[in-house]
Amino acid sequence: MSLDAATVRRVATLARIRVEDAEVEKLQQELNGILGWIEQLNEVNTDGVEPMAGGSPLPASAMPMREDAVTDGGIAEKVLANAPDREGEYFGVPKVVE
Amino acid sequence: MNPTDFTIAGALAALNEGALSSVELTGAYAKAIEQLNPRINAYITPTLDQAMEAAQASDARRARGEAGPLEGIPLGIKDLFCTAGTRTTAGSNILGSFVPPYESTVSGNLLRDGAVFLGKLNLDEFAMGSSNTTSAFGPVENPWSRANDPSKRLVPGGSSGGSAAAVAARMAAGATATDTGGSIRQPAAFCGIAGIKPTYGRCSRFGIVAFASSLDQAGPVARTVEDCAILLRSMAGYDPKDSTSANLPVPDFAAAVQRGVKGLRIGVPAEYTLPGMPAEISKLWEQGLAWLRDAGATTVPITLPHTKYALPTYYIVAPAEASSNLARYDGVRFGLREAAKDSDLKDLYQRTRAKGFGAEVRRRIMIGTYVLSAGYYDAYYLKAQKVRALIRRDFEEAWASCDAIVTPATPSAAFGMDERQDDPVKMYLNDVFTVTANLAGLPGLAVPAGLDAQGLPLGLQVIGKPFDEETVFAVGHAIERAAEFRALPQLRAAA
Repeated sequence: MSLDAATVRRVATLARIRVEDAEVEKLQQELNGILGWIEQLNEVNTDGVEPMAGGSPLPASAMPMREDAVTDGGIAEKVLANAPDREGEYFGVPKVVE
Repeated sequence: MNPTDFTIAGALAALNEGALSSVELTGAYAKAIEQLNPRINAYITPTLDQAMEAAQASDARRARGEAGPLEGIPLGIKDLFCTAGTRTTAGSNILGSFVPPYESTVSGNLLRDGAVFLGKLNLDEFAMGSSNTTSAFGPVENPWSRANDPSKRLVPGGSSGGSAAAVAARMAAGATATDTGGSIRQPAAFCGIAGIKPTYGRCSRFGIVAFASSLDQAGPVARTVEDCAILLRSMAGYDPKDSTSANLPVPDFAAAVQRGVKGLRIGVPAEYTLPGMPAEISKLWEQGLAWLRDAGATTVPITLPHTKYALPTYYIVAPAEASSNLARYDGVRFGLREAAKDSDLKDLYQRTRAKGFGAEVRRRIMIGTYVLSAGYYDAYYLKAQKVRALIRRDFEEAWASCDAIVTPATPSAAFGMDERQDDPVKMYLNDVFTVTANLAGLPGLAVPAGLDAQGLPLGLQVIGKPFDEETVFAVGHAIERAAEFRALPQLRAAA
C-alpha cells in the first residue's frame, strides 16, 4: 500500500513533527520507498507463529519482578537541571487551560 | 615506540611493570587527539584536562596497590552513554546541551575498574545510520583511504563511526560502542579493528540513550580480539536497573580467547552468499574457513532460511521502538525547545521535534509511528514480530549442527562520504550480514581478516550461541592469528 500526502501529514501530526508543505512530497517518496521494500514480509507464512516480544535469545525468558519500593527521591534539582524553561520547582509550558 | 602503539593487554603489562605510567599513556593519546581530531572528527567532546587528572589519580591508585583490571587505560566513550557531568548528545541537536546527572552502568563499570576517559565519541544521530554522516556534529572520516584514490574521504561506517575511527587512528586504546543492527561490527570492519556485540542482556542498557530497546546492546571496539575480551569483562554484568539484564556470572573472556578451535564445528550459512557480492569478500570468507580448518575446526554447511527477511523485519521493529522511545524529546523536561511566540503545547512539541531531529531520525520516527498506528499494527508490527521469531528459530535449529557461525562482516569495504546518500534503503543494506544477530539476540564479533585490492580492510563475523561469547572470542582469535593483519591506516597517531 502506498501513502498519500494526507496520510504523510497525519502520521507527522501523530509523531508530533512539524512538516512544511514543501517537504511533504519528498517525504512521501522516501516513506513509500521504505514501505514498499518492507512489504516483502507478506511472502512469509507466519500462521501459528508466536510473535517474538523483547530481545532475549532464550524463548520464554520471564521479566523479573522487584519489590515495589521507593528507591530514590529528593533530587528535584537534578531532575530539573536540564529543563529548557524552569519555573521554580516546575517545568514551564505554554498556557494550556484558558 | 610511541605509547599509543600498545594494545590494551600490552599497556596493562607495561603499567604493571612500571615501564609506563597512565599519565604518559594518556598524554600520548591527548596529543594524538589534538593533532588528528580536527580532521577525523571522531570526538564530539574531548575531555582531555579531566583525562589527565584521572590519569594522575590512576597512577596514585596503582602506587597504593589498588589497581583495577583496567587501571590507567585511556578509552573513548560513544556519545550515547550518559556520563555524569559531561555533555551527552547522542549526535543530535535535540540533546546538544544535555548534561546527564547520572552515569550509565557500562561507563560506570569501566570507571570502577580504573579506566581513564578521553572524551565522547561521534556517532550517527541516535545511532541511526551506517556511515556516521547523520551526526549533527559533522561526519567522521575513516582513517583509511583507497590506494588508487587517496584524497577520496571515506566513511568509517556507523553508527559507532567515532569509536571505530578513534581506535583505528590510535586516538583511544579502546572504546565503548553500541549495536542495534550492526553499529559495532560494520564500523569495526570498515576501520580494520575488532568489535563485539554481546548477547542481548549481557551489558546493562541503563543510561544508554535508547534507540530500539529490544535490539540495542553495548559492546567494545579495540585493536585486537583479546582487548575486546578484556573490555567486555568490565562492561558486562547484571544490573537491576535494566529489567532485561541477564543475571548470569561474567566469564573470564580473555582466558577464552586462547582456547583454540580444535574440534569446533563452524556453520557456514548458504543464505549469506549474496548475488553480486564482490569476489574479494567471497574469497576472504573461504580463506577464513580454511584457516579455521587448519586450526582443527570443521566447517559444516547450514541453512538460515529467513535471512533475506531480516532487514525488512528490522526496519519495522527498530523504527517502531524508536518512535516510542524518542517520544520523550518534547522540549519540556530536557533538551532543545523551539517555539513561536503564540505556540500552544502541541505546536511547541512539533516545532521542537522538527528542529531538533535530523532527516533520518524524523524518517524513522514517522515509519515507526505509521506501522504502530491503528489499522496497520497487525499488518506490519505483529507480522514483523512473527518473522523475527522465525529468524530466531532458524538459529536455534542451526545450533544442532554447529558451535559458531562464520560469515563476512559487511557486503563491501568502506565507501565514500558522498556515496549511497541518496536512497535510504541502499544505506540499510550495509547491515545485511549483521542484523540477524540483533534480531535473534545473539553475540556477534567482527575481526579484521584482510585487505581489498585498494588496501581497505575487510572483516569476518563470528556469531555464537546465546551467552557463549567465549566460543566467539576463541574463533575470532583463531581467524585473527591466521590473518596476521598488520596493516595500519594512513591517518594515525605517530605516523
